[in-house]
Amino acid sequence: MHEMSLAEGILQIVEDAAARQGFKRVTEVRLEIGALAGVEIEALGFCLDVVLKDSVAEGARIELEKTPGTGYCLGCGETVPVNALYEACPNCGGYQVQATGGTEMRVKDLLVE
Amino acid sequence: MCTVCGCGQGETRIEGHDDENAHGHDHPHTHEPGHAHSHADGATHSHPHATHFHQHQGDLHYGLGPAHAHAPGLSQERMVRIEQDILGKNNAYADGNRKHFAEHGIFAVNLVSSPGSGKTTLLVKSIDLLKDKAKVAVVEGDQQTSNDADRIRATGAPAIQVNTGKGCHLDAHMVGHALERLALPDDSLLMIENVGNLVCPAAFDLGEAHKVVILSVTEGEDKPLKYPDMFNAADLMLLNKIDLLPYLNFDVAQCIEYARRINPKLEVMQVSATSGAGMEEWLAWLTAGLDVAIAARQQNVNLLKKRIAELEARLAVNG
Repeated sequence: MHEMSLAEGILQIVEDAAARQGFKRVTEVRLEIGALAGVEIEALGFCLDVVLKDSVAEGARIELEKTPGTGYCLGCGETVPVNALYEACPNCGGYQVQATGGTEMRVKDLLVE
Repeated sequence: MCTVCGCGQGETRIEGHDDENAHGHDHPHTHEPGHAHSHADGATHSHPHATHFHQHQGDLHYGLGPAHAHAPGLSQERMVRIEQDILGKNNAYADGNRKHFAEHGIFAVNLVSSPGSGKTTLLVKSIDLLKDKAKVAVVEGDQQTSNDADRIRATGAPAIQVNTGKGCHLDAHMVGHALERLALPDDSLLMIENVGNLVCPAAFDLGEAHKVVILSVTEGEDKPLKYPDMFNAADLMLLNKIDLLPYLNFDVAQCIEYARRINPKLEVMQVSATSGAGMEEWLAWLTAGLDVAIAARQQNVNLLKKRIAELEARLAVNG
């Protein structure tokens, strides 16, 4: 969803950092995207290509760290792994799972020169 | 333009992209052959370069994880730690809006749904029934036209239209600007009608108290499974157009069960703006929320008054 907005958010973060720290070029951008963040990775890559053009991060490698989804199952009272929001609890088979982790979308760090 | 939903705030950048990519690419691509996509004109076709993992730039590496080692010392490269939420800027604006709402006793709800779920009709009906009891104002989000805001203004309630252009969702910054224009009185109910889209608005906090997802019974009961992010983000689901149930094969219980698979805490109300069924429950939910917001502001005001009185008393003693 809204991958273009996310790409623009990433560019904004990179440009803010460049203004603060005075680097001229970004060679790598490391992202952390949760499995339940609803981000279409291929679309994000496409949007980043477009958005980073003519910026300090043009041509930068995009490294992606995927964090696993977790949820709290109200049925069995345990934290369980979740691959998708519509999945049943792997322990009890119920659908009382509230997503608790894996929804983050962050810029972790940059390699700059 | 975004391949999923066509959204993006920086339209000039998108234009630029279209120009840049209108020509062919001569570098290798790794996607599977026959990748198809749709265009705004309705045509669907295969593209030799539809997905964009260019070998010469912008590679995406999957699953390298935290163990992936950088060696910044070996070149002039250095690492800059960022650790920032990609939507952090939106969230900061949302916090600003939320603070504004709290200070002014405003109960803000963010209405989200697919296009055609009956959001605006439901809104008009709700305002009609509420306008003698509460101050109501509306922020209307649509890609284009002020038709919906015009429909709201016809009820007598103030409304501001936000046209998102290519954007597929309202963001907190747009809503902040709309608030400046609306000049909401204290203790009012603000209904934010988001762009008709069951995907993107899920991720954008506008500073609202609750997201309310509206699903009409003409849509199919499995929509919560198809668009889980939105049903997960919402606190209340309004099942709308229930006056049409006799003419449809819509399984209400199944729909609610699907929605609660996604979000076990989801509240559900069945309503019809046309027949008025269920409206009482929905309006009671709104006014209860508004009462809480007003009481919180009043409590805040009382606290401030008490502090002023204490300071004045100290001044009187010392002065």
